[in-house]
Amino acid sequence: MSKNTLYDKVWDLHQVGQLPGGSTQLFIGLHLIHEVTSPQAFAALKEKDLSVRCPERTIATVDHIVPTNNQQRPFADPLAEEMLRTLEMNCSKNGIKFHGIGTGQQGIVHVIAPELGLTQPGMTIACGDSHTSTHGAFGAIAFGIGTSQVRDVLASQSLSINKLKVRRIWVEGELAKGVYAKDLILHIIRTLGVKGGVGYAYEFGGPAIKLLSMEERMTICNMAIEGGARCGYINPDQVTYEYLKGRSHAPTNDAWNKAIKWWKSLCSDEKSIFDDQVNFNATEIAPTVTWGITPAQAIGIDESVPESSSLPKNEKAITEEAYSYMGLKAGQEISGLAIDVCFIGSCTNGRISDLQTAAEIVKGKRVAKGIKAFVVPGSEQVAKAAIHDGLDVIFKQAGFEWREPGCSMCLAMNPDRLEGRQISASSSNRNFKGRQGSASGRTLLMSPAMVAAAAIQGKVTDVRTFFKTNSDQSSKTL
Amino acid sequence: MNTSSTFPSGEIQRIKGCCISLPGNDIDTDRIIPARFLKCVNFEALGEQVFADDRKELNGFHPFDIPINKGAKILIVNDNFGCGSSREHAPQALMRWGIRGIIGQSFAEIFYGNCLALGIPCATIERRESDELVESVRNKPLTEWDFDLNKLEVSNNNISFKLSIDKGSLGMLINGSWDATSQLISQGEKIDKTIAKLPYLNDFF
Repeated sequence: MSKNTLYDKVWDLHQVGQLPGGSTQLFIGLHLIHEVTSPQAFAALKEKDLSVRCPERTIATVDHIVPTNNQQRPFADPLAEEMLRTLEMNCSKNGIKFHGIGTGQQGIVHVIAPELGLTQPGMTIACGDSHTSTHGAFGAIAFGIGTSQVRDVLASQSLSINKLKVRRIWVEGELAKGVYAKDLILHIIRTLGVKGGVGYAYEFGGPAIKLLSMEERMTICNMAIEGGARCGYINPDQVTYEYLKGRSHAPTNDAWNKAIKWWKSLCSDEKSIFDDQVNFNATEIAPTVTWGITPAQAIGIDESVPESSSLPKNEKAITEEAYSYMGLKAGQEISGLAIDVCFIGSCTNGRISDLQTAAEIVKGKRVAKGIKAFVVPGSEQVAKAAIHDGLDVIFKQAGFEWREPGCSMCLAMNPDRLEGRQISASSSNRNFKGRQGSASGRTLLMSPAMVAAAAIQGKVTDVRTFFKTNSDQSSKTL
Repeated sequence: MNTSSTFPSGEIQRIKGCCISLPGNDIDTDRIIPARFLKCVNFEALGEQVFADDRKELNGFHPFDIPINKGAKILIVNDNFGCGSSREHAPQALMRWGIRGIIGQSFAEIFYGNCLALGIPCATIERRESDELVESVRNKPLTEWDFDLNKLEVSNNNISFKLSIDKGSLGMLINGSWDATSQLISQGEKIDKTIAKLPYLNDFF
């Protein structure tokens, strides 16, 4: 059993008590809500004649259903409009702060909470969305919950939950040029499997993790859930504090100094005991792409689609299902596979650094003929920063569409979706069957830089060749 | 289709009914209920939409469409069932189709918690036992089974299989405390005490 890890310390502090069934009543420091998983929770409160216990600890935004081309109200889709109206009404009736479209603070819930400085080390954070694990990047215990639990958090600012085991994922080395946080987490999931983390919180640490920016750390923790770990986190350090300083909800002056002292005291250290540990070396990792229908069905860009005989026996059925669904054969190289759609965005990779990285790849180039490519900033703040830096112009000149912020084609609850058997190169987090809005649509997950490279070439491409070309050219000019 | 009056309530000690087997590992919540059906402000219509895309693809041959499975209450699945999104719409859709208990080799964490919050037990079973159970269900689909939480087994008149459920969840189901809201609210004072000791809610002291 783990002891003295950040997870243990934060858990202990937030324990309200034990419930009769044996589970823990855990206090939730920050509750984030959005339009998809909250309406039924508010309806249940009303039915039980209950009120919101700590409205100031709940923050709302709208992200899943928002159209990214025309955000004029009422939305063209009446169901989407009804969901947004319901959220607006629930927030206003219950005194909950709502970051709506056009406020400058709307965006994907897992993008805006860190941006606003709401997400802080040492908190417990819950949201009716599995990618709530993102906030663990700050050293918070953050996890997704269902609608009944959203109701419970609204009513009591706490929920009934069991403690997880803690697995330390230790990453030595350093990511090579052209290899990003997305590649690292896909590599980890590929190695440990989509259910490897069930029952665990993942603590990501080691030299390679220390080197990552806050936004890269968010990409890592965001996808902990894709490896089965409901919660992933990284101990806070100077990178965390520098990111937080000056953000609108971050502590200031004397409170800031006290906060840092407290945050430091929470970190796992030499006294910490983990349930187990798995080691990786970042240096060995290549740009990684999914070829199948689970995020663990991923390979390095230089590899081929695996033979099912080379995999554990219990993966045979899903491997064969993936061949058939994806229209791929064992032994086929992933590099060079033609794609139809390129999507840059999502709570995994829709932040400003993701857009900057992708923009560097596409700058001065053109999207290949016949490819639909679009960029959906993760939030209004991301969009504003990108426009300030001229990234929108770079993307548009290259032939990308530049859209308004939202979840968009990560899960296709808005009008952005694949058609028929289209294949997308996507910077999002799930390649499940039908995930991007077409029951037969196909998704290849990869880093935003790899999506950008795929858009330019019209096929899956090793983004590292883009850097090589540049250095070859510069050596020629010399 | 069941009506809301028959949804789980109170103590969940046993589920009696037919089994329906759904083979496959890593069946994610997008497959259980595709995202387009999440555009709703209540859960009512979800029972008909469960596995919508998979059912369409199999054109009448999906287990949830095969007439003999109609009315089944116990769902038998394989590994990592319910992975992916946190949408409670997934267990809601299964529940509204008629499922009251699930038996599988393993479950995704959030899905498991969502089922518990609805009073739907998710019990795990060893692989070999599961294969035998599925075989038995396939041979005699109309057999009534008894999914007994106290005995932690699923049985019919001829055969029984061992199940396990973690202690915390089992206790909540058996004593009827799985619907946690009222218990959580009743701890008002303790919640206040927790708030008082949290540095970030008290300006870091």
